[in-house]
Amino acid sequence: MEKKSESSTDEIKTGSTRREFLEQVSVITAGTALSVSLKAAKLPTNRKFYQEEGTVEVSFFINDKKMTLELDPRTSLLDALREKLHLTGTKKGCDRGQCGACTVLVDGKRINSCLKLAGMCEGAHITTIEGLAKGDQLHPLQTAFLKHDAFQCGYCTPGQICSAVGLIKEGHAKTDDEIRELMSGNICRCGAYQNILEAIKEVQKS
Amino acid sequence: MHPFTFIKAGDNNTAIKAATENAASKFIGGGTNLVDLMKMNIEKPDKIIDINILPLKEIKKLSNGNILIGALVTNSDLAYNEMIRNKFPVLSEAILAGASAQLRNIATTGGNLLQRTRCYYFYDTATPCNKREPGSGCSAINGYNRIHAVLGTSDKCIATHPSDMCVAMAALDAIIHVQGINGERKIMFSDFHTLPGDHPEIENILQKGDLITAVEIPALSFAKNSAYVKVRDRASYDFALASAAVALDINNGIIKNARIALGGVATKPWRATEAEQALIGKQVSANSFKDAADIALKNSKELKFNSYKTELAKRTLISALNKIGGIA
Ligand SMILES: Cc1cc2nc3c(=O)[nH]c(=O)nc-3n(C[C@H](O)[C@H](O)[C@H](O)COP(=O)(O)OP(=O)(O)OC[C@H]3O[C@@H](n4cnc5c(N)ncnc54)[C@H](O)[C@@H]3O)c2cc1C
Ligand code: SF4
Ligand code: FES
Ligand code: FES
Repeated sequence: MEKKSESSTDEIKTGSTRREFLEQVSVITAGTALSVSLKAAKLPTNRKFYQEEGTVEVSFFINDKKMTLELDPRTSLLDALREKLHLTGTKKGCDRGQCGACTVLVDGKRINSCLKLAGMCEGAHITTIEGLAKGDQLHPLQTAFLKHDAFQCGYCTPGQICSAVGLIKEGHAKTDDEIRELMSGNICRCGAYQNILEAIKEVQKS
Repeated sequence: MHPFTFIKAGDNNTAIKAATENAASKFIGGGTNLVDLMKMNIEKPDKIIDINILPLKEIKKLSNGNILIGALVTNSDLAYNEMIRNKFPVLSEAILAGASAQLRNIATTGGNLLQRTRCYYFYDTATPCNKREPGSGCSAINGYNRIHAVLGTSDKCIATHPSDMCVAMAALDAIIHVQGINGERKIMFSDFHTLPGDHPEIENILQKGDLITAVEIPALSFAKNSAYVKVRDRASYDFALASAAVALDINNGIIKNARIALGGVATKPWRATEAEQALIGKQVSANSFKDAADIALKNSKELKFNSYKTELAKRTLISALNKIGGIA
């Protein structure tokens, strides 16, 4: 309680109401946008933003379907899935290996698709959240996530489920603590961890 | 991300030749560090050489009892290997204490050795950093240096070496097998990574085009009595603030031999040989462990926000020694 009253005095001292604060933020945003466009204007005109030469051709199996793509070599597996193949079930959170939202299974192993160059996946069998159900029949983990209410906003869920598929297959997690540890690469901003744990345990047992 | 061309090398020689010819080329193993740094425009290779189809994926026992780990063995495969778990638990524990299950599934042994620091100024291209841009200055020395090193620092750079695996390998006296344009050679682990000194941009003694082919772990009977203890800001999925890899050879309560290496507090995987020497011939006891920890940190150079690391590293080391020595 004491802390709260302290912070409200702070607000009075700096004299910022919520509305003013929002206005300040929008000014800052406008300022940032301005400086970005100024910088962009100074860039040399011959700079390539899209690489036309030296593309990579890659063939892989996405959810058992063979696909061949010609890509800018910079394309991550995540961007290939989402932007080229429109498989948007796999999510982009941090794009830097720190959150697990982009987890997919490559040759049966869970990995972060944001740090994998698509060009490195030649011949690979990739399973995304879209490929887990068999027709109308959900994957047991999908059913368990629904049953245990293992999500709120759902943004981390495709990654959590693909990661859990990998975890169960690996077979190293026996206790609750071990499951938590080996699922720590999947962050849930909504904090659904307890229910995710219950869902995984149920499928592990069956 | 800077544009690059992408090639796949079918054999070691092709990979090495391509890398030697192009100064701005890079091998890619798992890509978990390189691609991250490329996204941040810190690494800007113009050619990526994919080495993933090279035959470097085996873990073998050699006739002399040593273990040879191919450079492309993933961190997961290495950590869960039965031989490693039984004979070198410290290595398995160190790897499993790092990153996440997904990252370990792609990260390779060779790539882990060469992963770059997590100093946040190194990652922030808006700030000066001698490692990223030699001569530009170090933002950390007078900045917010809570995660930075207290051992092996210089007035040019105080960044820690981030790897957990390397701390265990330092304790185990690993040998790095390298193939370059002039043939093959072996490098002792302690010689492999370099101190920042005046050139923090140089982090190891590899030459342009050198391919790491394997890491050899010499047989060490008492390594089965080893452990890795890591302290970090969260319970999992974070880099070490302090860590310790230890192995003890104990006979009738007397320490016959010891191996100690520290992580999270030094600019390279830090072998603490003087502390090891101090333990030899001593009784397993709280006092001898405390003395060893004091010796390991006696040259600690603290800065404004990382002074806690001296005590943290000592306690981390003592905790690892207690675990192995059987002191509760
Ligand atoms: C979110 C996150 C958390 C992490 N947490 C931890 C942690 O707690 N502890 C920890 O230790 N690590 C941690 N890591 C780092 C991780 O361990 C490394 O990224 C990984 O080990 C690098 O291996 P790689 O094969 O992916 O390397 P790459 O990214 O492929 O390569 C790294 C470097 O090595 C070079 N290289 C690769 N293979 C060879 C070879 N055979 N010969 C010569 N050069 C080669 C590349 O050119 C590149 O310069 C974390 C990473 C992330 C993204
Ligand atoms: S500590 Fe090293 S890596 Fe960090 S800012 Fe200073 S020079 Fe750069
Ligand atoms: S988007 Fe890949 S780990 Fe966050
Ligand atoms: S359910 Fe919202 S982030 Fe996990």
